[in-house]
Amino acid sequence: MAVKTPRGTIFGFLAPAVITLAVVGIVPLLYAFYTSLHFFNLTKLKNVRFIWFENYASVLTDPVFWEAMGRTFAMLLIALPLQIAIGLGIALILHAPGLGFLRLLTRLSLVLPMATTYAVVGLLGQVMFNLKFGVVNQLIGFLGIAPVNWIGDPFNAFAMIIFWDVWQWTPFVALVLLAGLTTVPSEVEEAAHLETKSWWTVLRHVQLPFLMPGLVAVLILRTADTLKLFDMVFTLTRGGPGSSTELISLMIQRVGFRAFDQGVASAQAIILLIITIILAQFYIKAFYKEV
Amino acid sequence: MAATPGTSRSLGAQIALMLVIIVFCVFPFYWMVTTSLKTQVLALESPPVWLFQPTVSNYLTVLFDDGVLRTLVNSLIVAVSTTALAIMLGLPAAYALARFEFRGKKDLWFWFITNRMISPIVLALPFFLIVRNLGMLDKHITLILIYLTFNLPIVIWICTDQFRSIPYELDEAASLEGASQWRIFRSICLPLAMPGVAVSGIFSFIFSWNELMFALVLTRTNAKTAPAMAVSFMEGYNLPYGKIMATSTLIVIPVLIFALIASKHLVRGLTMGAVK
Repeated sequence: MAVKTPRGTIFGFLAPAVITLAVVGIVPLLYAFYTSLHFFNLTKLKNVRFIWFENYASVLTDPVFWEAMGRTFAMLLIALPLQIAIGLGIALILHAPGLGFLRLLTRLSLVLPMATTYAVVGLLGQVMFNLKFGVVNQLIGFLGIAPVNWIGDPFNAFAMIIFWDVWQWTPFVALVLLAGLTTVPSEVEEAAHLETKSWWTVLRHVQLPFLMPGLVAVLILRTADTLKLFDMVFTLTRGGPGSSTELISLMIQRVGFRAFDQGVASAQAIILLIITIILAQFYIKAFYKEV
Repeated sequence: MAATPGTSRSLGAQIALMLVIIVFCVFPFYWMVTTSLKTQVLALESPPVWLFQPTVSNYLTVLFDDGVLRTLVNSLIVAVSTTALAIMLGLPAAYALARFEFRGKKDLWFWFITNRMISPIVLALPFFLIVRNLGMLDKHITLILIYLTFNLPIVIWICTDQFRSIPYELDEAASLEGASQWRIFRSICLPLAMPGVAVSGIFSFIFSWNELMFALVLTRTNAKTAPAMAVSFMEGYNLPYGKIMATSTLIVIPVLIFALIASKHLVRGLTMGAVK
């Protein structure tokens, strides 16, 4: 860029967005920090008082908080490998030549799950996984499996939310990896196919380098989205039974809006924010291209 | 490619696998729509019935008796307004990021990206208290402004990419003619950036339309959006499955149409330009 743009002009272009985003995105965070330093219960608003870092101390030593955090990462560690493995399979199937129309149809149907309203996914889960009237138990019944209590059993409920996360986001992983596969120069790929019959060798030595950017992006975004995950689980299980599906976002929502303890919830939110920013720093430095 | 003995078998396998993928993706929608066409008695049939006399009575009841129509209108008002606002505010910023060099650009970029990572619950707590103090609970404008926290970054990301793909020589030529920076943006780059604007608008609309948590926390009746409404059917024991699925269908259909229109750009949008 040869010409130096006057600062006033740059400011004029950037200011509307930056000021708006600061007002809606940063001011609330400062307020959350302020709340987190207070005893702040919505049912005892007369008793609001400054208590330094007491809320943080109680959150950091609260096993329930760390269990929710652990559960969230457990979900990520189970769902993400499934999404990558199945997604890669789908991408390879779609990358194979021929069958134009069916391939188009498959690609279009992959678009549907990821656009679906998260809340609706949860509601669908309620209907399809119901113990008595659910179609899932009917379908596995055809295979000779006895009806499973999906929603009412802690272990099964956790498996169920993983199922829906995999349903909704495997197509995303598949399309990202498919985009990666199309960046492999076709001469290189054809030459590799002449060399060996093993698709695994081709994948490992020829295609994988081209898939890396997509895989890193998937890792970043799925981590962020699992830390954010609320809507689907809330409508499906409300975090239950017990606290078996209470991910970190659900827990903070429960403490803040169902136990009305805004002080503790804000401290939890700030800790989550710090964890998120550390992860984001780490990830973005490792990958995202800059302006 | 020469025909090899394995080809027809692998073609068959390819067809079968693709059909499996399609069924896997589409079946929940099929089940949602068919359940929405069942009466409550039919919906509670165990095991579930596959063939039945469909009825649209669930749709009529939820739309006109239960007030889902109004919540759909609310969702539309909120999603369209916040999208328009995000585009108006975000486009100049995207242009600046694509065209100007200035100090702190890297930090600004990092801040924008971080917004994509932050959990909405972190914002929902303080928003609730602030909005309640300002007496702005249950108002459309509240959701419209709050949805900018995710819409503005998305517009900026997608459109920065778009502006960068426009040849810089066009700007230089116009600049030699004496055009101001703003005129170059308005009359030369903006028309060429329209595809990016459309895609980011579709994304912003989809995300706003789909949002549940802020709507749940910040609205009651007046500005209640359709997803929040669908969730409120979930209270009590005998759940009205037909009604819930009818509402779900009404919510999902517009987004699916938009998503199919933008399907080519979906990956780019969801990865914030990290993958083309």
